Amino acid sequence: MSQARLSPGVVPGRLSKEELAANFADIAPPLDDHEARVAADRCYFCHDAPCVTACPTSIDIPLFIRQIATGTPDAAAMTILHANILGGMCARVCPTENLCEGACVRMDAEGQPVEIGALQRFATDGLMAQQGHPFRRAAPTGKRIAVVGAGPAGLAAAHRLAAKGHDVVIFEAREKPGGLNEYGIASYKSVDGFAQAEIEWLMGIGGIELRHGQRLGQQITLDGLRGEYDAVFLGMGLGGVNALRAEGEDREHVTDAISFIRELRQASDLTALPVGRDVVVIGGGMTAVDAAVQSKLLGAENVTMVYRRGPERMGASRHEQDHATSSGVRIICNAAPVAIHGNGTVAEIEFCYTQDGPDGLTMTGDRFRLKADQVFRAIGQQLQDAPDGLALKGGKIAVTGPGRTGLPDVWAGGDCASGGDDLTVTAVAEGRDAAEDIDARLTGRPAEIPG
Amino acid sequence: MADLRSDFIGIKSPNPFWLASAPPTDKEYNVRRAFQAGWGGVVWKTLGSEGPPVVNVNGPRYGVVHGPDRRVLGINNIELITDRPLEVNLREIKQVKRDYPDRALVISLMVPCDEESWRDILKQIEDTGADGVELNFGCPHGMSERGMGSAVGQVPEYIEMVTRWVKQYSRMPCIVKLTPNIADIRKPAEAAKRGGADAVSLINTINSITSVDLDLFAPQPTIDGKGAHGGYCGPAVKPIALNMVAEIARNSETHGLPISGIGGVTTWRDAAEFMALGAGNVQVCTAAMTYGFKVVQEMISGLRDYLDSHDMALSDLVGRAVPNVTDWQYLNLNYVTKAVIDQEACIKCGRCYAACEDTSHQAIAMKPGRVFEVIEEECVACNLCLDVCPVEDCITMRELAPGELDRRTGIKRGDYANWTTHPNNPMAKAAE
Repeated sequence: MSQARLSPGVVPGRLSKEELAANFADIAPPLDDHEARVAADRCYFCHDAPCVTACPTSIDIPLFIRQIATGTPDAAAMTILHANILGGMCARVCPTENLCEGACVRMDAEGQPVEIGALQRFATDGLMAQQGHPFRRAAPTGKRIAVVGAGPAGLAAAHRLAAKGHDVVIFEAREKPGGLNEYGIASYKSVDGFAQAEIEWLMGIGGIELRHGQRLGQQITLDGLRGEYDAVFLGMGLGGVNALRAEGEDREHVTDAISFIRELRQASDLTALPVGRDVVVIGGGMTAVDAAVQSKLLGAENVTMVYRRGPERMGASRHEQDHATSSGVRIICNAAPVAIHGNGTVAEIEFCYTQDGPDGLTMTGDRFRLKADQVFRAIGQQLQDAPDGLALKGGKIAVTGPGRTGLPDVWAGGDCASGGDDLTVTAVAEGRDAAEDIDARLTGRPAEIPG
Repeated sequence: MADLRSDFIGIKSPNPFWLASAPPTDKEYNVRRAFQAGWGGVVWKTLGSEGPPVVNVNGPRYGVVHGPDRRVLGINNIELITDRPLEVNLREIKQVKRDYPDRALVISLMVPCDEESWRDILKQIEDTGADGVELNFGCPHGMSERGMGSAVGQVPEYIEMVTRWVKQYSRMPCIVKLTPNIADIRKPAEAAKRGGADAVSLINTINSITSVDLDLFAPQPTIDGKGAHGGYCGPAVKPIALNMVAEIARNSETHGLPISGIGGVTTWRDAAEFMALGAGNVQVCTAAMTYGFKVVQEMISGLRDYLDSHDMALSDLVGRAVPNVTDWQYLNLNYVTKAVIDQEACIKCGRCYAACEDTSHQAIAMKPGRVFEVIEEECVACNLCLDVCPVEDCITMRELAPGELDRRTGIKRGDYANWTTHPNNPMAKAAE
C-alpha cells in the first residue's frame, strides 16, 4: 500500500503509478470491427429518426450507421464530420444518454439503445488515423475572418469558414488550443492526447492560422479585430467561475473544480498531483462529476458531491450520476454551503438543507458538517470581460439566430453566447451555423445547415 | 407426450428428422456423431460408380449469404458427390447400420445414365443393410456437366427411365430427389411416380452465385480467379422449397405421393411447416453445417411441444395445410382487413410510415409526437407495414366483420366471392 494513501491534507502520491494508470485509462475503449458491425446491425434506420432530432449538430445517424453496417466506415465518418467536424470528441464526451441514445427507439423496445456514441467514435477514429485531411477548400474568397477562442465553437467555425475559401485567424489566450476539450473534461474521456490530435487533424484543411497568448481585452480588442477583418466570431467561452458566497471561502484548498480538472489534464505525472483525503465538491453539473470522480481516482478516501437542489435538477445526466456513485462518490442533494471552517486551511464545511418550492430555494434551518481537507467549487462559470458594445443576456453575449450579435460583422457562439446547453456538441453546432451565416453574408451564397 | 416415431415409405426412424445427403453424412465418423446427437436418420452422401474416386476442388467449396451479425442465411456449394472410394463407404454404411438398427439409413446414388451402371451400383449396395435408396437427380453443379444429377432431373423422361431401372433391379424403397432448377416441379414428380418411385424428396440446391468479389471481379467461392455456379441452400431457400412441396402435394397426379421435405429447415417450426404442406418427414443440412448436430434436440423438443399443445399426433400434422393451398383465382375477394397499430407497443421508429408513404398507399399518418396511425380510407391491407415493423405483434390486421363498411371502397363486406365470378373478369362465369 502506498505510504500516502491515508495521509491527511492535500498530498500527492496516494496511489501507485500503476493504480493511477489503470484508473485513468480510456473509460470506454473503442469498438473493434466486429463489435461495430454487431452494434450497427441493431439500428432500425428509423424514418425522420429521433436520434437525429436529438443531436444538436443533426448528424444523419441512421445513414452513418448503415454505412458502417455495409462496410464503408470512412463514408460514415464523412457523414458525421460534415455535420460535426469535432465528431471524434463529441463521440467521447457527449451525454449521449440525454441526446441521441436517449432518443433511440430501442430504448422503448428493450431499454438498450444503439451504441451511437461508440459507433461514431469507431468511424471517426478510423478516418482520422489515415493520412491527410478529407475536406477540400473552396476557391479563395479573399475574405479574412477573426475567430476568438480555439475551443469547440471557434474550431468548428474556423474549419467551416476555411472550407468555404475564407482565410481564418484564431486568437487563443492559452498555450494550447481546444478550450474545454483540452482543459475542461475528465482525463479518462479523452486519452492519448486526443484533443490535440483532433485539432491538428482539423487544421489540416489549411487556411487557418492559430495565434496563442491572445486574450480579448488584453493583446487584442474587438474594435481592433473589426477594423482588420471582414468578420469576427467570438467563441472564447466563460473565463470566470461563480463564487460560493459562503463564509470562509478564502480558506486554503478551496478552489475551482475547473482548475483542478485542467491541472489534472495537463499533469505529466499523476503521482505528483496532490489531492485531499476528504474531498467535497459543490455543484451538480458534469464539471462537478468530473472533479469528484477524478478525486476518487487519484486516491481520495471520501469524496462527496453536494448539490443544492434535487437530483432531477442536476446538470449531470443520470448516467453521469451513476458513474459518480459507482466510482465511490457520495451524492448529497438539497443542501447548500453556508460556511467553510478551518484554521487557515479548510477542515470542515457546513451545509444547510434546502427546500425547492414554487418560490425558489429556501433554507430549512437543518444544518450538517462534512469533514473536508479540499473543497472544489463547480457551480458554474461566467463571462469575463465582455467586450464593450455587445448586449448581454443572462450574463452572456446576446445572440439571435445563427449567432448574430447586435453588431453586423460580429457573431458569437459556444458557452460565451446566450442559449444552448453549454455542451461541446452545442458549441460545435453554433460555430458551424455562425460560419455558414458569415459566409452567406460575405458572399451571398445560401447557408447549408444540416438537419 | 407426442410420439415422434416416423414411418416413411416403410422406413422407420425414432423421429422425422433426417440429415440430407451432403457433407455431414459423408462418412462413418460424422454419421455416428449425428446418431449420438439424436438424428432419426441420414441419407448417406451420394455414392458414384466404382472406379477412380471423384475429384473435388482444392480451394473453397462454399459461398455464403449473411444476415445481421453474420447469421448464415444461405450457403452455396460446388462440392461433388463423395470423393472417397466406394468400398470404404459401403463398409462404413454396413457397420453403422448394424450398430444403429433403429435409425433410418438411406443411400444416395448418382451414376451415369445407363441401365448397366444403375444395375451394378444397386448390386453393390445390396448387402449393406441400408433401408432405401435416394436417386440424386438434383445436384446442379459439376456432375450435371457430365450428364448426371440435375441433368437427369431436368428431363422427366430420364427420371422415369432410371426410376424404372432402380425398381426393377432392387427391392429397396426408392426416393427420387428432385432439382428445383426447372420451370414446373410437378412434371419431374409425375415422372418419378410413373417410374415407380416410392417417394420424392425436394428440393435439392438452387443454381446460384452467392456474391461477387469486387476486387477480383469473380464469383464466390473463387477458385484461382474464377467461379462456377453452385447449389444454394439454407434458410433463404425455404420459401421456394415450401411452394414446390405444396405444388406436388396438391397436384392431382401426384397427390398422396410421399414427400421428404428439404430446403432450409433450421428449427422445429420449419419442419412442422414442411410437414403441414405434405412432407412425411424432413431432411436437414445447412442448420447442422452451421450449428452442429445438436440442433436436432431443439427440433425434437419443439415439435413435441407443438403437437402436445395442439393435441395432435404427428400423422395429424402431415398434409394438414394442403387443402388450404389454392390458386389466386379462388381467394375470397370479399375478405377485407385493415392494419391496426398498437400504440402501447409502438416504439415510434416510423418504418411503417416510410414503407407505406414511399412505396405503398400513403395509408399511415405521422402525427405530432411521432404517433403513427392507419388511415383506413387508404389502407389496402397489403401487410407491408406489419412486415417491416421491428416489434412483433405491434401491427396486426383486423378482419372486417360481415356487413362492416370498408372505408376505402365504401362497400360493405360481402359474402365469399372470388375472381372467377368477378364482374371485371372477362372470363367470369355467372354466379350460381
